[in-house]
Amino acid sequence: MRAVGAFAVAGFRRYSAYRLSVAAGAFTNSVFGLLRASIVVAAVGTAGGTLAGYDERSAVAYAWITQALIAPVAIFTWNDLALRVRTGDVAVDLARPVDLQMQYLAADLGRAAYVVLPRALPPLLVGALTFGLAMPTTATPYLLGAVSLMLAVTISFNCRFLANLSAFWLVDHRGVVNLYVLVSNLLSGMFAPVTWFPAGLETVARLTPFPSMIQAPADVITGRLDTAGSLRALGVQVLWLGITLVLARLALVRATRRLVVQGG
Amino acid sequence: MGETARAYRVLLGSRVRSQTSYRTSFALDVLASLTAGVVEFAEVYVIFHNVPTLGGLDLTAAMLVFGLATLGFALGDLFAGHLDEVPTLIRLGTLDVLLLRPLPVLAQLMTGDVQLRRLGRASVGVAVAAIALARTDVDWTPARLALLAVTPVAGAVLFAALFLAAGAVQFWLVDGGEFTYAFTYGASYAASFSPAVLPLPVRALFSFVVPAAFTAYLPTLAILGHAGPPWLPGWLGWWVPAVAVAGWLVAAGLWRLGLRHYTGAGG
Repeated sequence: MRAVGAFAVAGFRRYSAYRLSVAAGAFTNSVFGLLRASIVVAAVGTAGGTLAGYDERSAVAYAWITQALIAPVAIFTWNDLALRVRTGDVAVDLARPVDLQMQYLAADLGRAAYVVLPRALPPLLVGALTFGLAMPTTATPYLLGAVSLMLAVTISFNCRFLANLSAFWLVDHRGVVNLYVLVSNLLSGMFAPVTWFPAGLETVARLTPFPSMIQAPADVITGRLDTAGSLRALGVQVLWLGITLVLARLALVRATRRLVVQGG
Repeated sequence: MGETARAYRVLLGSRVRSQTSYRTSFALDVLASLTAGVVEFAEVYVIFHNVPTLGGLDLTAAMLVFGLATLGFALGDLFAGHLDEVPTLIRLGTLDVLLLRPLPVLAQLMTGDVQLRRLGRASVGVAVAAIALARTDVDWTPARLALLAVTPVAGAVLFAALFLAAGAVQFWLVDGGEFTYAFTYGASYAASFSPAVLPLPVRALFSFVVPAAFTAYLPTLAILGHAGPPWLPGWLGWWVPAVAVAGWLVAAGLWRLGLRHYTGAGG
């Protein structure tokens, strides 16, 4: 257990070393927040004040919180594992006395723990100063939101891990990882809440773990869902956590069976 | 002169061959680029699935804006997108190698990493713009046709200028290179919908400082004969070629300054 903790600390430290890069990311998220919030305000306004369960206040809050979630949930490219598979360094990871999946999960949770405040607060602050941000005034949404965020990070990790494992079978993992990023961005509700989708696309999204990565924590933290609704969202997240964990594990077992380490 | 042309031909040819020799990888890369375009269009479509107009544009006009913006960005990205790797070149010292060769550094950089997969996204732009043009009822004049033809080129030059300016700034930023993403990829995003939805200061920023509105929205207004929102009259669309040239000159000036500022990592 202590060894797993060390991976989490290493993940935290690794990302805390690049402060300027964190600031740059927060800046970019803030600029995109301005653009996205403008679009949803116009859309909700044209729709007559409410659009598929979102009024202007909750749509603006949604636009900003999703920008704040980008870094902690790591919705964009993550190819650490795939690169180590390609170079063969993954053999070193496998030789360690800690399970490979646990090593990477611990490091990823450490990463999320570091980036959550410096990457989430600046866009939320810019949102509050420009558009006004209607955040809940009671503690419950934040407590449930923290749990939901941790579940979201772990589900996201399981899926990214799975996409990265493709490197065991393909010479070049880039296409798969890029496709994964695109699909997850669309179906997670990053661009617009899943309830805004045309019916068919919404059904497809709900059959995937992606809304559990962005839409669920966003709706819980902003208080758009009441306590009962939030608990239901958490329940769906736990379900996807279980499914993605098992899938990632099965894929890892098959991948390591393929691995041939030469020399030594 | 013939020697120089041959050098570029060899450079470009080597890039094309290296990318197409691993066919499965190349096909997957093109597919990913194509999907990127489709996903971006899905974002526009999701909004218009709920509302008939956004920022004064109906779906057809919005599709034309999206198509032209995507095509312009994909072409600009093809020739200049890799300039956002300048920080890596500086850190690894690779830039010094380029400085030693008897060709301009910028020309070497632009031809040195042309990514053919980006044509996948460009084809989505062409398709969406074509569907929009088939659905719309434009009073075509020779001037409007000319503007339609010149817009993707001007858009590509403007996006390439943004990448170039972003690359130039890296000579000072180095570690904070991602700051510029807000203005390169941010411009690409801002260009693909109506700036009329933006609050005035943000609209001005993405029109006159970062010329995103000039890459697709303003030419579309000019082609369709729309008046345009405050600060962005539709007739500005006719000025797109001039703005593209001016944008490139400013960016090239910045690049020269940056390169002069560069002192190398020793050795």
